[in-house]
Amino acid sequence: MIHSIPLFLVAAVFMVLSASTVKAQTEMESAGSTILEVRTIDKLVRDMWTAYDVQPSAVATDAEWCRRLYLDLIGRIPSVKELESFTDDKSKNKRGELVDRLLNDDQYTEEYSRNWTTVWTNLLIGRTGGNGNNSMISRAGMQKFLRDSFARNKPYDRMVYELVTASGHPDPDDEKFNGAVNYLIDKVNDENAAQATAATSRIFLGLQVQCTQCHNHPFNEWKQQTYWEMNAFFRQARATGGRRAEMTGASNELADQDFRGEGNNIEQADLYYELRNGLIKVAYPVFVDGTVIDPHGSVERTNRRQKLAELMLESKYLEMSMVNRTWAHFLGYGFTKPVDDLGPHNQPSHPELLGYLAEEFRKSEFDMRTLIRWIVLSEAYGLSSKIGNGNESDSPESGKPPLFSRFYLRQMDAEELYESLLVASRANAGVGNYDEQERQKNQWLQQFAQAFGTDEGDEMTSFNGTIPQVLMMFNGEMIREATGPQSGNLVNQLANNASMDAKEKINYLFLAGLARRPSRDELAMTQQLYSARQNVEHSLQDVWWVILNSNEFIFNH
Amino acid sequence: MQFQVPDGMTRRHFAKHLAGASAFAGTALALGRSLSASAASLKANRKSAILLWMGGGPSTIDIWDLKPGSNTGGPFKPIATTGESQICEFMPLVAQQMDKLSIIRNMSTREADHDRGRYYMHTGYVPNPNMEHPGYGSVIASQLMHDRGELDLPPFVSVGGPSEGPGFLGMAWAPFTVDSNGNVRNLEMNLPPDRLTQRMQALRLLETGFINENRGQSATEHAKVLQKTLNLMSSQQMSAFRIQTESPEILARYGDNNFGKGCLMARRLVEAGVPFIEVNLGGWDDHQNIFPSLQNTRLPMLDQGMSALVEDLTARGLLEDTAIIWMGEFGRTPRINGNTGRDHWARSWSVVVGGGGLKGGLAIGKTNEDGTAVEGPSYSSEDVMASVCKSMGISLDTSFTSNDGRPMKIANSGRLIEELS
Repeated sequence: MIHSIPLFLVAAVFMVLSASTVKAQTEMESAGSTILEVRTIDKLVRDMWTAYDVQPSAVATDAEWCRRLYLDLIGRIPSVKELESFTDDKSKNKRGELVDRLLNDDQYTEEYSRNWTTVWTNLLIGRTGGNGNNSMISRAGMQKFLRDSFARNKPYDRMVYELVTASGHPDPDDEKFNGAVNYLIDKVNDENAAQATAATSRIFLGLQVQCTQCHNHPFNEWKQQTYWEMNAFFRQARATGGRRAEMTGASNELADQDFRGEGNNIEQADLYYELRNGLIKVAYPVFVDGTVIDPHGSVERTNRRQKLAELMLESKYLEMSMVNRTWAHFLGYGFTKPVDDLGPHNQPSHPELLGYLAEEFRKSEFDMRTLIRWIVLSEAYGLSSKIGNGNESDSPESGKPPLFSRFYLRQMDAEELYESLLVASRANAGVGNYDEQERQKNQWLQQFAQAFGTDEGDEMTSFNGTIPQVLMMFNGEMIREATGPQSGNLVNQLANNASMDAKEKINYLFLAGLARRPSRDELAMTQQLYSARQNVEHSLQDVWWVILNSNEFIFNH
Repeated sequence: MQFQVPDGMTRRHFAKHLAGASAFAGTALALGRSLSASAASLKANRKSAILLWMGGGPSTIDIWDLKPGSNTGGPFKPIATTGESQICEFMPLVAQQMDKLSIIRNMSTREADHDRGRYYMHTGYVPNPNMEHPGYGSVIASQLMHDRGELDLPPFVSVGGPSEGPGFLGMAWAPFTVDSNGNVRNLEMNLPPDRLTQRMQALRLLETGFINENRGQSATEHAKVLQKTLNLMSSQQMSAFRIQTESPEILARYGDNNFGKGCLMARRLVEAGVPFIEVNLGGWDDHQNIFPSLQNTRLPMLDQGMSALVEDLTARGLLEDTAIIWMGEFGRTPRINGNTGRDHWARSWSVVVGGGGLKGGLAIGKTNEDGTAVEGPSYSSEDVMASVCKSMGISLDTSFTSNDGRPMKIANSGRLIEELS
């Protein structure tokens, strides 16, 4: 009996190796398989292929893999130069080397940090946070904190601690500036910090307690009591300022104050909530795992947010939620759906892999770059997005658990599209300093993010797969700049480049937009466009417009 | 709305060019047909619904269910209407239309924050992290589109603000947002039509090439949205957004403000055959100094635009097929707070409906003396939604399949509000 388990595993692996994936296996060896963690990821992913009887898609081409890595890691597609230096590279370990360059080379630090700052800004304060008149958030301040954290590769647990416990002023111009306060400053005052409670549990722990604010959850273990006990940790936090402060010239601030409790007894600083049947219950700060802290409301004696952060740092949900989120960022789907619900009612698709990665992430001392490196060098991340004969059933689009037997097609985010258009088109690239560039991007993004104009900063995004998005790609200002007669844009430079022939120019456009050369049909098409225009620059404009408007461009594939 | 026929070309010619470039999704050429189908023929006997969305939570105790003399009543006085109800003195024009509208005074819901309330009132479901439910507009649009294949306009238009998303019904049913002047961003294509046509043909080559590589359904979805956008760009129906072509009298009757213009556009979109239109009037979140805000800004705008819409739809014989729903995410506290404001209140409040065959003139249900509780039976978001869907001829046995395979009953199995039928 003791031997039967390992034998079964050996058999499983053997079955996989003997199947049609042998080619994939050998090609992957040059990239990632020297790293133990990557090998383990690959094995655990393969175990599920075996269990569900699917064969993975072929390995992605170097160019496909390079495009997706740039998009996912630094938030834009590669330039032609970057692409070609990778595809021309004959080195065996070139995938690993490229990952290291994008993660660690000074040349990419700014873009790496910008990308993850974008991702986390949207996560922490939404796409509209800080853009309204009613908000105490400084979007620039939030971004400054995050940029600094990612540029210095601050350990993830440290970053979370700073966000949850932050006090100070949100605005970068302020003397007592602490950008981390922007996460909570708009979330602690209204409705007794309901948003702070819900966001902190959901974002950092993958626990959805918000529904239990008013009632026990019907299909989730969290009880109303859990919500209010978590909520009690935020009752010392106070944001001051807002419109009134603006008028008097005072600045906004997030700080902790003594909490006397709703029963006005600081030694047992409590809060009350109403059950659906009208009964009133009392709650004190208790962490989701049941750990009780001193209920005294004095900040000096017990800083509740610091206690909460300490407990969060010990919780396994901290690494699980981050690992799940990071995996979803790169692979398109997390191990759970939604990605930020790790509650016991929501079984992950790959429990063993999730557990393993979480453990290793903690062992790495929460090194985000290390985690990213493992994931992008995995076999699953390196697969083609073309559906093969053996994996039609792997279809998370239709609600099935993902098996990661192919790379799942997905649209670029609005921010990725923006940065990619800048790099690919050289349209007003490098205009203004960093802050100015961010301001311009933010302005452009606002057309897709609409705030509802209530006091909760709700929003919806109208970007993906909609008519407004297509209209923007057809006729929007950035596209007009990229495909119009502006001197200095890519099309203009190519048109005036005497050292390249017509075919080379077309090749260049395809590489710049799609990371591949044109097919024969596509070349013939460009020839037709040239015949119709009788003008090199105009026909290049047409080709470039077509490339930018194609599904292949806007999809990460 | 600035859609223009390109220089030196007739619109028909332009459309012909575009038609040559279309058919991305492999369907029959769609572009010519909008030329022959006039707006009037599209509308014949077809149902539509207009949601007048009062973002922020309107104070229904001051508008539809006044409590004069009680300590929660506030300063406003009730006036008589053409229906059986009395309403606020600052709604004199709507008072003249109340024979066509009914007030549901016994709404009782549980969601009293904006986000959750908006979601619940739009979908009939409380927010659930595992599921994105479709909003009213997407539900009704998806159920009514089968009989209006000639419609190039998006089936769900939201004027002057965002709405709730399409949830698991998919982006095809997402709200199409325009401002109240009918401007659609990036609609103008400053390109000679033949050049556009050639670009479209080339784009089709790339688009189908990528689809044929079998990388998943979303590549095809992209092509479908391209096709829809082309149809829209070349459609004569876009004139529905051009409210400036209305007579000055009509424009003045609806009111020279975003809400008035939105109501007028809603009527034009109903005429064009759009199944669902949402018109937004925000600014009801009066936690302080509520009464001057209502009297001087919100109510005059609401009174003018809403009354004009009902009157105009009636005059054109459209009201019978067009349901109107007036609501926000919740009402406001009967108790007047220390800043002379009212806070969020979901326990007892009012929604107004009419048209589309829903019975008008009624005051349905009631609240107690100071408005703090419903007396007798109460209604919910699900019930309103069920009643509106029924009036649209949509079967209440309709059920959707969410993306995780769960069957979801339309309007979350709400009950019909019997008085309305």
